[in-house]
Parts: sequence; structure tokens; C-alpha cells
Amino acid sequence: MTRIDARFAHLKANGRKAFVAYIMAGDPDFATSLELVRGLPGAGVDVIELGLPFTDPMADGPAIQLAGQRALDAGMTLRKTLDLAAAFRKTDDSTPIVLMGYYNPIHSRGVDRFLVEAKAAGIDGLIVVDLPPEEDDELCLPARRTGLSFIRLATPTTDAKRLPRVLQNTSGFVYYVSITGITGAAEARPAEVAPEVARIGAATDLPVVVGFGVNTPEQSEAIAGVADGVVVGSAIVRRVGEGRPVAEVLEFVRSLAEGAHRVGG
Amino acid sequence: MVCIPGLCVRVRRTRCSRNRETPMNDIPNSFTTGPDENGRFGKFGGRFVSETLMPLILDLEAEYEKAKSDKGFWAEMEHLWTHYVGRPSPLYFAERLTARLGGARIYLKRDELNHTGAHKINNVLGQIILARRMGKTRIIAETGAGQHGVATATVCAKFGLKCVVYMGAHDVERQAPNVFRMKLLGAEVVPVTSGRGTLKDAMNDALRDWVTNVRDTFYCIGTVAGPHPYPAMVRDFQSIIGREARAQMQEAEGRLPDTLIAAIGGGSNAMGLFFPFLDEPSVAIIGVEAGGKGVNAKMEHCASLTGGRPGVLHGNRTYLLQDEDGQILEGFSISAGLDYPGIGPEHSWLHETGRAEYVAVTDDEALAAFRFCCEQEGIIPALEPAHALAHVMKIAPELPGDHIICMNMCGRGDKDIFTVARALGLEMGEGG
Ligand SMILES: Cc1ncc(COP(=O)(O)O)c(C=O)c1O
Repeated sequence: MTRIDARFAHLKANGRKAFVAYIMAGDPDFATSLELVRGLPGAGVDVIELGLPFTDPMADGPAIQLAGQRALDAGMTLRKTLDLAAAFRKTDDSTPIVLMGYYNPIHSRGVDRFLVEAKAAGIDGLIVVDLPPEEDDELCLPARRTGLSFIRLATPTTDAKRLPRVLQNTSGFVYYVSITGITGAAEARPAEVAPEVARIGAATDLPVVVGFGVNTPEQSEAIAGVADGVVVGSAIVRRVGEGRPVAEVLEFVRSLAEGAHRVGG
Repeated sequence: MVCIPGLCVRVRRTRCSRNRETPMNDIPNSFTTGPDENGRFGKFGGRFVSETLMPLILDLEAEYEKAKSDKGFWAEMEHLWTHYVGRPSPLYFAERLTARLGGARIYLKRDELNHTGAHKINNVLGQIILARRMGKTRIIAETGAGQHGVATATVCAKFGLKCVVYMGAHDVERQAPNVFRMKLLGAEVVPVTSGRGTLKDAMNDALRDWVTNVRDTFYCIGTVAGPHPYPAMVRDFQSIIGREARAQMQEAEGRLPDTLIAAIGGGSNAMGLFFPFLDEPSVAIIGVEAGGKGVNAKMEHCASLTGGRPGVLHGNRTYLLQDEDGQILEGFSISAGLDYPGIGPEHSWLHETGRAEYVAVTDDEALAAFRFCCEQEGIIPALEPAHALAHVMKIAPELPGDHIICMNMCGRGDKDIFTVARALGLEMGEGG
């Protein structure tokens, strides 16, 4: 059983929702971001989404764009992102890490080489924004053969006709994007999200986790109430960008996690 | 047909051996059947977009497929091309350029005479008619030199559509006349400050807008890039250039040209000229990329094919300027319209199959060609085709007098006079 499957099975057995935190690898520098990642499980994070910096993050709003820029300016690369994951794995062998980013850095490194290195670094899953099911041969299928989960995004534009195709090669969990738009922009509305999550949940056995547009502990709780889990990214990354100390960022993460964990617990 | 040492030899050699990645038996019988159903030209192209956009580009593809075989669609295009754009554009024999360079006969395909001053409007008309058929009410576009933005704003004004143009902040500054034109035409111009504020950053922000406004918005892309079906669709709309040139050359010279030359930003004016000639083996095809300060290790250029390698950006796999980590480089060119780190995927394929040759020309060479064209022919070219002309100036003197070159004069230089004055250290507005 993969770390992702084990974690969701455990949460389900305890009637709990997953809290997923996104941070950008190497933001503002390698050492600080490693300290942050290491603190996430203690702050209540169930799954870590580790952002892979890219110059042209087309699906991201200013908060994550700037985070990527800070990381790149500090010398972050794909290789160092994997090093960061590996360093985390030395002290935590159970919290799943999902690498989230864009295809070109992976393409540039070479898919086969990347998959071997990612697996060795203790990465559990991949979310690659610019690889829809139409391009599954590129990375999704090779990743699954390597034993890495490929987590697909479903969106408000994914209609009933398209949904089976989106779910077909997905593993780990399904990531429902709550809004049409970029990260950190609009606010997720639980009343609109609930029927969509139900629609997706009816078509798959995988957990459905909701992200984009969740910024506060209250929203975290509200969205977790209608899904199997909730992701927060921009709101955390923005605090890193403001230069807040690691302890303060982790305190904020804890409040978000508590929001999600209040549901049903 | 005359065989020019260099050109013919090159075609043969590149087809057989230059390409490490494309085995010889992959050379197709025809170069005009692409892309395949997945939007691929060989391994290039594709649909590398987020899930939110995927249903939209599938809708667009279906709509375009319908329109392609609809006589009514093409009749509307023909009518507007003729009465609104002023097509056909002339094929002009550049007598003095030919005499001064002392070699090949040089023809200019005068797409700079189109309404709005460049080839961009050929494509915009097609996309806006499609947008109307799809019931979209809001049009967004990215622009570099501002020519695509102006063309889009123009056609939106004509049809009463809302228009938002994303333009890099750096380009807003260096292409000020076009910014004002867009505003006069009723468009909203959004200066983009992410990245270095050039064309690639404008395209990122246009994609961010599209993913946000999926229901009412149509993204009108200005070149043969982006996810399938854009590269093929824009090429088809721009191919009017090559179809006309072919017929006009037949009339003027009774035969095909020997060499085609066009400047490449994303590659739309070039694809438009090249496409109807791809299956004519006697016609040599040369694309001219922006060499900036020189194609060197410092990467101060925009020559994706000459100085880049394959990667994935803006929805397609193509040659890109990138560092060893796969981070995209900004590139550099005096020409805002060529300042893009990628190139249309079909060009990457033509490059790897050896069907077309791609070269780079520096800013200084383009500036010299710009002045030469003004002085010899009374035509102020845009800085983009000035790059193509600079390459014509390099090769024409070495070619025999019966060799025919057809160059795409794809835009006029009114927008560039401030940039040129600055670069040459000239004063504007002094009498005498
Ligand atoms: C006059 C002119 N030529 C060329 C270009 C480059 O685009 P493409 O390579 O798609 O023709 C531009 C782009 O703005 C332009 O304005």
C-alpha cells in the first residue's frame, strides 16, 4: 500500500478529513523551506504538497508565482527539490509527499530519470497541471508503472461526458479545483462545491480533495465538511512571502488543519 | 531548375543526416497533412493545458472542423479579406534591392499593406468569426509588438465585441503608438509585469484570464503556437499569404520561386508563406529568428531553433530557450514581435525533418536592413521583417541572377520608428 493510500485509509477509519498543505520548495531558501516542511506534520498536516518552482506557472496567481520566483532566485532546481523531499523522508517515513508543478522541468530532466530519482527521494505522487488525460503517455502512465500516484485535477468544466476519462488513470486521490480560475484568486463556495464532489465521488472509489480558494480556518472547515479533504496553498505561501518566522507560519497551518479536523472528528 | 550550391546540398544533407532524433524513414511523403488527431507534428505540438481549459480547446477544435468545410465561413472570410483588409496584397519586384545586392531577383510579399499594417489581421478575422459562431462575447489576446493586439482590437470594434489585450509592461513602453491605437479602438490594454514583461508573460496572463472566464471568453492567439488546434488553425488562416504569392509568382515569372524567406517570432507569417510550398521540393525555405545581441552562451537572443532545445510551454512541445533545469529564459530582441522564447511546433518539426532551414540575424543586422529598405525601396519595414531582409542581404549577392527569392514583408515600421531612432542615436523631428 502506498503512503497516500495508507494515510487516507487511516483517516477514513477514524472518521477524519484530510488536511493538505501546499508550500513551494526552496521558498524563501532551501534551509527555511526544509524547516517548514519538517514542521508540517506536527502542525496537523496529513498530506504535503510540495511545489516545484517554474518560471511560467500559468495556473497560479501572484502568491504562488512570487513564491516560485523567490525559490528560483535562491537557486532552487528540480534536483534540489528532490533533495529537500529526501531530507524530510529521513525523519518522517509516513507523511505522503505529492510533488506539484508543471511539466517542463520534468521533461527537461527526462521522464525516466526523473521517475527513478523521485521515487528514491520518497515522493509518493505527482500533480502536473499541464498534463491532461489526452497526454497520459507522457508521464502519467510511466509514473504509475514506477509506483508513483498520478493525481488528476477535475474542474468545474469537467462535464459528465469527460469525467470518466479524467478518472481513468488517476490514483491516490482526485483533486477537485473548486473554481474556474487561478490559485489564490476567488473564494471556494461550499454550496457549489458539494454537488460537484458528490458527482465525482459517485464515479470513483478514490478520496476527493478540494483545493483553490481556501484561505481561512473557517473555509477549511466548511470545505472539509463537503469533501474527503481540503488543500490550502496561497494563504500559507503568502505568509512565507511576508517573511513571517517559520513558527508563525506553522501556527497558521495548525489553525487551518484544526478547522478541517473539526469536521466529523 | 537551377541548383544552387549550398541550398540544394543543404536540403539533401539535412534530410538524410542532420537529425539525430528523427530517423530517415520518418520523413513524410507530404509535409502538409499535419497535425495528427492529437495535434502533433511528429513529436511536436499537442495539448499541454490544464484540465479547466481542455474542454474549451476541444470545443474550439470541433467548431473549427465544422467551419473548415463550411462554404459560408470561407465566403465571409473572403469578403472581409477583400473589402476590409485589402487583399490580395501585392507581390512586388524590388528592383533597386535586386540591383544593389547584385544577385538573386528579390520579390516582397507586401502584407505590410494590409489594414492595421501587418499580417496579423488575416488570422484575427478567422478567429473572431469563429468566436461569433460559438456565441462568445468577450475576446482576449496577447501581444508583443502590438500588431496582433491592434488587429484584434480592430476586428472587435467592427463586430462590437469586448476586447482585452495583455501586453508586457516592457512592450507597452517600446510600442507606445500601438498601445494608443488599441485604446482608440476601444480595447482594454493590461500591462503585464510578471517575468520580464514581454510576450511570454503576456501569454501567461492571457491564459490565466481564460481559465478564469471560461464561459464567455474566446482566446484569440496571435501566432502558430498554443495548444492544438491553434497552431494548425492560425496556419490555415495565414496560408492566404502563400496561396496568393504562389499565383502571383506564376503570373510574374511563370514559375515557382526558388527560395522563401520570412521572419519568425512565433512563426505565423512564416507558416502562412511556407505552407502552400512545403511539398515543392525545388523551393528552399528559410526562417529567420531574432539573434538579438548574438546567439551565444549568454542567451541574449530569441533564436529558439538555433539556440534552444525541445520542451513544453504554452500548451505545446516545441523548441524553447531554457536553462538546464527546464526553466524558461526570457530571451532578448530589439523587435518586440520576435521576443518570444518559443516557436510554433510545426516549425520545430520542419526543422528536425530538414524541410526548412532556420538561421538567426542580430539586432544590428536587422537595423542595417531596416535603413537599407527605407532608402532603396521607399518602404519602412517593421523590425520583424527587417530580420528577414537582413538574411536576404546576406545570401542574395551570392546567388545567380535567375534565382528568385520571395520574402514576406509582413509588417510596416510605423510602430518602430521610436525604437529605431533610439537604437541609431538619431533625433526625431529635426528639420533639414
Ligand atoms: C510585423 C510582424 N511580423 C512578425 C511578427 C512575429 O510573429 P509571427 O512569427 O507569428 O509572424 C509580429 C508579431 O508581433 C509582427 O508584428
